[in-house]
Amino acid sequence: MPDFTPLIADAGSNLLAARYQMAFTLAFHIILACFGVAFPAVMLIAEYRGRKRGDEDALRLARRWSKAVAVLFAVGAVSGTVLSFEFGLLWPGMMDRFGDAFGIAFAIEGIFFFLEAIFIAIYIYGWERLPGWAHFWSGVPIAISGIGGALSVIAANSWMNTPAGFTLGSDGRVSDVHPLDVLFNTSTWHEFVHMWIAAYIVTGFLVASVYAVAMLRGRRDRYHRLGFLIPFTVAAIAAPIQIAVGDFAARDVFNDQPTKFAAMECVYQSGDNQTEHLGGICTDGEVKGSIPLPGVDSLLAGFSTGTVVKGLEGVPADEQPPTPTTIHLAFDAMVGLGFAMLGLAVWFAAAWRRGRDLPATPWFLRAAAVAGIAAVLALECGWMVTEIGRQPWIVSGYMRTADAVTPAQGLWWAFGLTLAVYVSLALITGVVLRGMARRWREHDAASDVEAPYSPPSAPASVGKAP
Amino acid sequence: MSKADAVAAILWIGVTLYAVFAGADFGAGMWDLLAGHGERGERARALIDRSIAPVWEANHVWLIFVLVVLWTAFPQAFSAVMTTLYVPLSLAALGIVLRGSGFAFRHALPGPVRGPATRVFGISSLLTPFFMGTVVGAIASGKVPADGGGDPITSWTGVLPLVTGALFVVTCAYLAAVFLVRDAGAADDADLERYFVRRALVSAAVAGAAALGGVLALHADARFVYDGLTGDGLPLVILSGICGLAVLALLARGSARGIRPLAVGAVVAVVWGFFVANHPYMLPGSLKIEDAAGASASLTAVIVVFGIAGAVCLPSLGLLYALSQRRALE
Repeated sequence: MPDFTPLIADAGSNLLAARYQMAFTLAFHIILACFGVAFPAVMLIAEYRGRKRGDEDALRLARRWSKAVAVLFAVGAVSGTVLSFEFGLLWPGMMDRFGDAFGIAFAIEGIFFFLEAIFIAIYIYGWERLPGWAHFWSGVPIAISGIGGALSVIAANSWMNTPAGFTLGSDGRVSDVHPLDVLFNTSTWHEFVHMWIAAYIVTGFLVASVYAVAMLRGRRDRYHRLGFLIPFTVAAIAAPIQIAVGDFAARDVFNDQPTKFAAMECVYQSGDNQTEHLGGICTDGEVKGSIPLPGVDSLLAGFSTGTVVKGLEGVPADEQPPTPTTIHLAFDAMVGLGFAMLGLAVWFAAAWRRGRDLPATPWFLRAAAVAGIAAVLALECGWMVTEIGRQPWIVSGYMRTADAVTPAQGLWWAFGLTLAVYVSLALITGVVLRGMARRWREHDAASDVEAPYSPPSAPASVGKAP
Repeated sequence: MSKADAVAAILWIGVTLYAVFAGADFGAGMWDLLAGHGERGERARALIDRSIAPVWEANHVWLIFVLVVLWTAFPQAFSAVMTTLYVPLSLAALGIVLRGSGFAFRHALPGPVRGPATRVFGISSLLTPFFMGTVVGAIASGKVPADGGGDPITSWTGVLPLVTGALFVVTCAYLAAVFLVRDAGAADDADLERYFVRRALVSAAVAGAAALGGVLALHADARFVYDGLTGDGLPLVILSGICGLAVLALLARGSARGIRPLAVGAVVAVVWGFFVANHPYMLPGSLKIEDAAGASASLTAVIVVFGIAGAVCLPSLGLLYALSQRRALE
């Protein structure tokens, strides 16, 4: 590995700028990635229903959602491209030493991403050019490659948490790589399933929230009702599953990443009969201002109050995560929001069982309208736990984040520019999606709005010589 | 041929596909920028839209492919390039963001606000290949040390990197014009066909001049690559020249048949001429392919993934191209 130390004038500052930029661009991309994974499935459910039952409203929803999928995929593709540049521009130290282990998952992800890009275009073109069910089936590869792509990217991230499948040579470089052990390390499955389900919850509640707002404003026709019910049902089914998966994932973290677990639960002294702290500030070896539940942390981690939980005090000071309070509160927020969404799902299920209808009170739609934001917050909190909880390591136990960061100059400028571009991108994306919705409302019958991959809406009028 | 050579060739296949397909896309964006506001300009823009709308995203996947293969198979080279040329690479990444979102938004925005999105799309279509070209020129001129950390400014602001950047820009414009001549022909629009024939001829002449300038700059700044291009790589350089001249001759005679494969051939030949000239180096003069190669199993993984990608993605891509050519169902 090249020795960067003499070049680093202000390594601490670079580290912070690089971490901010990575965190910000990832936090942005992860929302779009959720849409990429789950929105095609929601859209296909609508098309399936439309074709199976001859339901025109469902078909119209599928057709319009496919345009929104295209816009979100296009923005997600560029923000994803930026991330692959950032691996080298921000973390050359890690790529230099571990690129040949870490990179394999991305090579596989490339195939899924390519397939997703191709089939989104086929699906959108296919509305005019493929007959009935053939069109439905042309969309299935989008949903499948979204799942495969998520698995690949998560495999890379989980490898950073629990690195496996390689030995370090005497020159400090990776040798003797076992690609399957890299891909399926001990954290791959729990991280993947947790994220996969999260994608359905985020997409389901976010899409449903758009229609919840519309219904609150009085557009209570069948079309809007269906536009609410399809994505909401997907998220409502996923919410209870996610609680069980999350419980499972936390126990995996307890076993494989004890330091991260200690920070999540704000445990300082190792021992059994640990208190579960809800909320609170972790400082000077104790938790202040929390709601303590004695013994519950041990009970959750190992099904018995006798379970020994490792504390932060057993970890050398320079290997502890720097901000346990952030990690602890992010974890609590994620779990709290998860249970709130579960409550919403149960409310919906109870009303549906009784009367095959939504709960009558407007408070249900109001809650559903904010559930989308809640799902995004829970998602971001979860990633904060995963990423900040691994610090100060970039590759757990092998490389510190500070040793991976670039010596390049001007990182704060780059971060400022990135911030400006991404905020504009987010605002314009919002304007575009709202504009699409408004034009759909105004021209109810003519459902065609152009999308990034679509043929022009009036093909006969262009390309002919006068 | 060693395993590292094989993976380097795979990397270069990705570079070639990116150069041809994304190059034509970038060029189309430049013609879009230059099309003006007249009635014919709008028609040209509509043709450009129809040509690239279905494929613009898939074409740019090749860039991700190149980056991923580079860091998985040649991690040291990736890190060396990234820690030296981070300025033009950041600007290219910015260009990619603006280009992709500009194109997506101009389709999805209502008519009156499409103008700014279109201009952003056009300008970034021009800047992105320019900065990519400076990166390639900087690598050719041996300004990237094997351990990285080369000068962040002077490494890419010499004559050769700037000439290479300009060469990339005009080559993209040339490729796109040739593609659009065929598309205009397929749409039975003789007027637009003439419009793009003129542009193809002009950009071909400029590209030829830029290429000659590039050769002189190589002679001055990158003797190793120059010697390779005039040695082992010479047949490919000559092939590229013949293809380019054949396109010119056909266009001058008013025949559009065969110009597309010939123009692609000209670009492919010169890209591979560069590969041959560079061999056995990854970074000319500083890092050999063998020394840059990562763990052996990772190289194998790249080869396997490449095989699967070819088997799965090429038929899908074929389906998309076929579908985009097909008429709408009644």
